Amino acid sequence: MACVWSSDGRIEAGFAMADASSPDEHLRPGGGAASLGRLALVGAIVAGVGVAFAYTGGWLTPRALTPERFIDTFEQVNGPHPGFRRNHAKGVCASGVFESNGGGARLSRAVVFRPGRVPVVGRFALAGGNPDQADAVQTVRSLALRYSLPNGEEWRSGMNSIPVFVVRTPEAFRDQIVATSPDPATGKPDPTRMQAFVAGHPEFARALAAIKAEPIASGFENSTYNSLNAFELIDSAGRSTPVRWAMVPLQPFVAAATEQPAGDPNFLFDALIAQVRAHPLQWRLVLTIGRPGDPTDDATIAWPADREKVEAGTLTIDRIESEDTSPCRTINYDPLVLPDGIAPSDDPLLSARSAAYSVSFTRRVGETATPSAVSPSEVSK
Amino acid sequence: MSARLAPVRQFAWSSRVLHWLMAAMVIPMLFIGVGMVASLADYHVLVSIHRPLGIAILVLVVIRFVNRQLTTLPPFPPTMSPVERVVASWSERLLYALMFAQPLVGWAMLSAARYPVVLYGPIHLPPILPVDPALYSVLRETHTVLAYLLFFTFMAHLSAVLFHTLVMRDGLLNRMVPWNVRPAARPAPPPRPLAPDPVRSREQRPGAA
Repeated sequence: MACVWSSDGRIEAGFAMADASSPDEHLRPGGGAASLGRLALVGAIVAGVGVAFAYTGGWLTPRALTPERFIDTFEQVNGPHPGFRRNHAKGVCASGVFESNGGGARLSRAVVFRPGRVPVVGRFALAGGNPDQADAVQTVRSLALRYSLPNGEEWRSGMNSIPVFVVRTPEAFRDQIVATSPDPATGKPDPTRMQAFVAGHPEFARALAAIKAEPIASGFENSTYNSLNAFELIDSAGRSTPVRWAMVPLQPFVAAATEQPAGDPNFLFDALIAQVRAHPLQWRLVLTIGRPGDPTDDATIAWPADREKVEAGTLTIDRIESEDTSPCRTINYDPLVLPDGIAPSDDPLLSARSAAYSVSFTRRVGETATPSAVSPSEVSK
Repeated sequence: MSARLAPVRQFAWSSRVLHWLMAAMVIPMLFIGVGMVASLADYHVLVSIHRPLGIAILVLVVIRFVNRQLTTLPPFPPTMSPVERVVASWSERLLYALMFAQPLVGWAMLSAARYPVVLYGPIHLPPILPVDPALYSVLRETHTVLAYLLFFTFMAHLSAVLFHTLVMRDGLLNRMVPWNVRPAARPAPPPRPLAPDPVRSREQRPGAA
């Protein structure tokens, strides 16, 4: 605006031209060329704002990965499944209570770590975007939780039954999904595409080796669920501590059978349902404290095994319910819904998860849902 | 030629402060909003700003509305045609309505989806709607539509003011600048001939640069 102000004092004049009768008067002095120049300046400013807006909205960078395009990839690979989560689509809802033992309170001022009980609504699920996939022991299992804190805050968490994640960035995750998706011609992943992906992402093979080194548990009930991403715990003095956490089962570990039971595509879910109906299932929340130098921005690298572990409390799951009837279906288990005292780390996957889950949630709740594979009758039989 | 000496009629001081405060919040907000839904890396940081900033805008628009009722407006410059005045009045109403509705729709949609409406740290707002995914879906779409409408209304507002100020050079912007513009406040002019030399009279004005 400086140019306006300094031009010739007209700004000072304000409505000095108030007595002028024709708009043409206002284009003087300077004549037609000068006013055309000023008109072009106005056009340039307005167009500049418009272009900046379009750029910010991603319209000028169609190849950049956005949350919408990320979820589009899931939909392309898995096909349309209206009403279901775009990943971890097959699941069952559970609820219970988290009882904090106060052990986490020295690291975090979060209300959830004070001694006491908070209700939780959770969801056990299998990784993958197909809600009708048959259960398989090799499929990654997940446990999502929503803790409802007494002061109205919430903590939402999505954990997986693998020790590390396979890629470090959302872009690499997209590339992995595309590379491992079945080729429509053969029904199997294209080996050359897969090789290219593995060659371009050395962390993938390294993470896969770490995952394969761990024995697979027989079911949902005796699996350990890991946060994978690092977070920061903030104490009452504002000090920050990097942590990863895990839900470690109190149910004894049993290795998965090498042969899958035939005939029941829901055998993992059915076993979980039977277990919860027989007796409550419990997990210990274990916080692993990172030391300086431990990567917080790379979920593919495990922290050294000797890191200090703090037990923060016990999760008890005593109710299980089909997604079709439970409130968990309409919960977005966004891992960045955090109470004061827990903060995101610099892990690039965290913001990406939050953004992508939001898109997945918005799309699926706007669709007419078909019944879940783990139906109410499945849960009650 | 008496109008040449008339003081520039500005909006009330409070109105001008509120206007620029609002501009400093709404314009970044439009960019934050469109940017966060297109960004994986910055989504969380931008959402963390988006929510409290939206609530601040909601509070400010209520204050602005009250202020608007309590203050008198400067007249339109004579360079504005009757049609343009009607358009300007209605676009002002539209801007007020959008600045009020947009944060409310945002708050309502988060409520319907049962997202916690976190402002800062443990400070959060209560839900204003019951859990209703279908309603969330409609409100989420509404939030996007209103955002674009607000952006285009802002662009029209910006274009009109720039056109008046830079092309017509009628000093329209003077009505809203935060400082006081008082051409008549300079030392009393000596008796003037009936038709003063416009170039000379401009040169005499202090602070023209």
